[in-house]
Amino acid sequence: MSGQVFPFSAIVGQDQMKLAIILAAIDPGIGGVLIFGDRGTGKSTAVRALAALLPPIEVVEGCPVNSARPEDCPDWAGPAGPGLVSRPTPVVDLPLGATEDRVTGALDIEAALGRGEKRFQPGLLARANRGFLYIDEVNLLEDHLVDLLLDVAQSGINSVEREGLSIRHAARFVLIGSGNPEEGELRPQLLDRFGLAVEVRSASEIGERIEAVRRRDAYETDPAAFLAAWAADEARIRDAILAARAALAEIAATDEILRLCAALSLALGVDGLRGELTLLRAARALAGYEGAGAITPDHLRRIAPMAMSHRLRRDPLDEAGSASRVERAAAEVLG
Amino acid sequence: MTAANPEADAGEDSGAGGGDAPPDGWARAMRALAVLAVDPGGLGGLTLRARAGPVRHAFDAACAMLPLDLPRHRIGPATPEDRLCGGIDVLASLGAGRMVRVAGLAARPAMLVLVMAERTDPRLAATLAGILDRRHGHCLILQDEGATPDEVPPAALRDRLAFAVDLDDVRHARTATDLPDAAMIGAARQRLAAITGGPEDAATLVMVAASLGIESLRAPLLALRVARALAALSGRGAVAQPDLREAAELVLAPRATRLPQPRPDDHAPPPPEPAEGDLQDNSDSAGATPPHEMIVEAVAASLPPHLLARLASDAGATGAACRGSGAGARVRGNRRGRPLPARPGRPDGRARIDLIATLRAAAPFQRLRRADCPGTAAGRVIVTPSDLRLCRHEDRSDRLLIFCVDASGSAAMARMAEAKGAVELFLADAYAQRDHVALLAFRGTRAEMLLAPTRALVMAKRRLAALPGGGGTPLAAGLVAAHGLGLAARRQGFAPALILLTDGRGNVGLDERPGREAAADDARRVAAMLRGARLPCIVLDSAPRPGAEASVLAGWLGARHLALPRADARAMRDAAAAALAG
Repeated sequence: MSGQVFPFSAIVGQDQMKLAIILAAIDPGIGGVLIFGDRGTGKSTAVRALAALLPPIEVVEGCPVNSARPEDCPDWAGPAGPGLVSRPTPVVDLPLGATEDRVTGALDIEAALGRGEKRFQPGLLARANRGFLYIDEVNLLEDHLVDLLLDVAQSGINSVEREGLSIRHAARFVLIGSGNPEEGELRPQLLDRFGLAVEVRSASEIGERIEAVRRRDAYETDPAAFLAAWAADEARIRDAILAARAALAEIAATDEILRLCAALSLALGVDGLRGELTLLRAARALAGYEGAGAITPDHLRRIAPMAMSHRLRRDPLDEAGSASRVERAAAEVLG
Repeated sequence: MTAANPEADAGEDSGAGGGDAPPDGWARAMRALAVLAVDPGGLGGLTLRARAGPVRHAFDAACAMLPLDLPRHRIGPATPEDRLCGGIDVLASLGAGRMVRVAGLAARPAMLVLVMAERTDPRLAATLAGILDRRHGHCLILQDEGATPDEVPPAALRDRLAFAVDLDDVRHARTATDLPDAAMIGAARQRLAAITGGPEDAATLVMVAASLGIESLRAPLLALRVARALAALSGRGAVAQPDLREAAELVLAPRATRLPQPRPDDHAPPPPEPAEGDLQDNSDSAGATPPHEMIVEAVAASLPPHLLARLASDAGATGAACRGSGAGARVRGNRRGRPLPARPGRPDGRARIDLIATLRAAAPFQRLRRADCPGTAAGRVIVTPSDLRLCRHEDRSDRLLIFCVDASGSAAMARMAEAKGAVELFLADAYAQRDHVALLAFRGTRAEMLLAPTRALVMAKRRLAALPGGGGTPLAAGLVAAHGLGLAARRQGFAPALILLTDGRGNVGLDERPGREAAADDARRVAAMLRGARLPCIVLDSAPRPGAEASVLAGWLGARHLALPRADARAMRDAAAAALAG
């Protein structure tokens, strides 16, 4: 049963969450997704479903960091295999109790003890290269680990300096964090380092709830049949992601779009350029996903809440939440 | 007793419980155990709320007799992660000269009994939730010994377990012969795979859950599985109406957050409306009560009395019920408190080195390092800076008492002096209690911080001496200031508590304009926000003749309301201290 996961396309509702994950899969440069929300809303299900959805990648055989070309393989890894093999996109789960050694990699104790060799044993970051790193309950992770992860996610390089080892390897991955705000907040300094943030709520419409329970139940009763029934929808999303990735470089952003991004940032009082850049990249990914040749103000409008809401200064009195503040500002700026 | 017919069961149980009362807690617990035995991996497990005593003893005995082919492990809130998820066996690794891993308890399907579950910290809860989500056949029994309604196991875990049983009110435990025997359970397990629920069963349970105000979608899913297990237990090939009803009673009733409303009235949330409308049409044509309404009625009749009382009082129900963790605020430091696992780090003069953990970290590399520095004397341990491990301790955080004082108008002048006195009294024994104190006052059009969080008595006295009074009552502004200060303090590791001294008669809104209605509206909104932030709070009613306003405000805040018309500083201090301790 462990190999099977609930299909992504069969998740009922939660469109913002699904869109954010898809966009991050199209353009890893967006910088990760943070999903905050109630219990039982399918956060973990959606991320785990991504693994099955994503197309396989070509990696050098035997390379610990999933390099695409033999010359990219790190020198500490020993001789790389001659050929390329196709592997599912890695989606690595970071367990809450993971130690720093296990995350960054450390001296291979077995080699050290048994043969007296100084060898590097790659950690979770190496395995997640070119894929996804998923942290459930990111708000409960030890602060020093979150700092480390965000740092690596941004630089794309993991460097280990310990036990007389000095190792650097590529670690380009999309960080996906999820959590329940009732159990602990994420430091505001960390919030805006995630590219996109979405808030999920349980569906309030009874028909949607019934459908969600029915599908989940059908899946649990007979996973194989359920997966077969959804295979076509899964393939459709996968193809759209692939097409968008290929088209990304071609999608134009006019000066007018850049001006609108900047104006929106100013209207919301967001510090720094990170918000604007994410807005632009995510809008481009959305345009690609929908097969549009250029970014339109409508793309910006739809992306703005997930790209900007977590960067605002919190106003404790705003009952509607920061997403609707972003929507209002977007409506004003974008017309 | 056989489980062939749930209705017969219910009859027997109610006979034992006296009158035609619904099945008592004990019968319910035994029934839940029987169902759990049929599908332990699918149902997640059971939350048991009971203090240690003969009743819980009897339950444990019944649990031990349960015909499960799962190993049973007892774990506690302090069980380390590697015991659950596996890790490196250091001693064996050193002895064998190669890495020896030990498998954790979670490696194979097991029944995990978590004792003192109300003290589980969110991390262990998240680990256990992950284990349950992987669906490898684990089943968890949470033994909750919480004394107050706020002291409950983490919601993340309770949400994943099908059953919740409260045995605190059960005086007399019958023997475990109420359980079906192994053969019956075995037969039920065989039947379970073939039992299918119709699509309308899911719809019925979702609607029942919605009318009881249950948010999580796991609840109806678990109820559906329970209904199937019940059908299997009673020898039916398909889920029938009594199975659905009993599943709703077992799974949904304990999660109810409101009393079911038979007809959607004006303040009912939208979800039930369209569905009930649909079914109303059906029933008009078919001339029968829709199944989910019958079940809702049955569930409403079976709600335990204390839950009823809580739901009827409405206020506080959700606030208390949805707490993430039962324990109070904690901080991590490395000076005092309960020890936590050591962490790598550099000694900075404040942190203490954990010698054993450091040696343990250094041990595997001795052979390698000896090769690098051949001159080292034999028997000497070579320790490098990367081996150093520092102690960590978990400690209850210091408390910050935020006094938020209404300094408006002439009547407040006298109260102000008393409030100052109470602040000084708190500060006087602040050192022993590890309390810090802050003072906010609101008057005129805004609130101001008169005393930033401090435990310095001298400075506090000096600031308090020059406390102005008079003007309007910007209650909402005062609450906003208290909220901001409380959250900031919490981020710094304090456990903030709010003591609000006011008559509750706000007359200046947040826009700094006078007007009673707008002011009350603003105050209500801010109060809801404070309540959402879960700042412990008490309202001391300072009006010479206590009126309704302050108690209404306390209701908005979910706070205790104490009328202290003529209290002096000492009485005020005592009342606040008692309320905060309680």
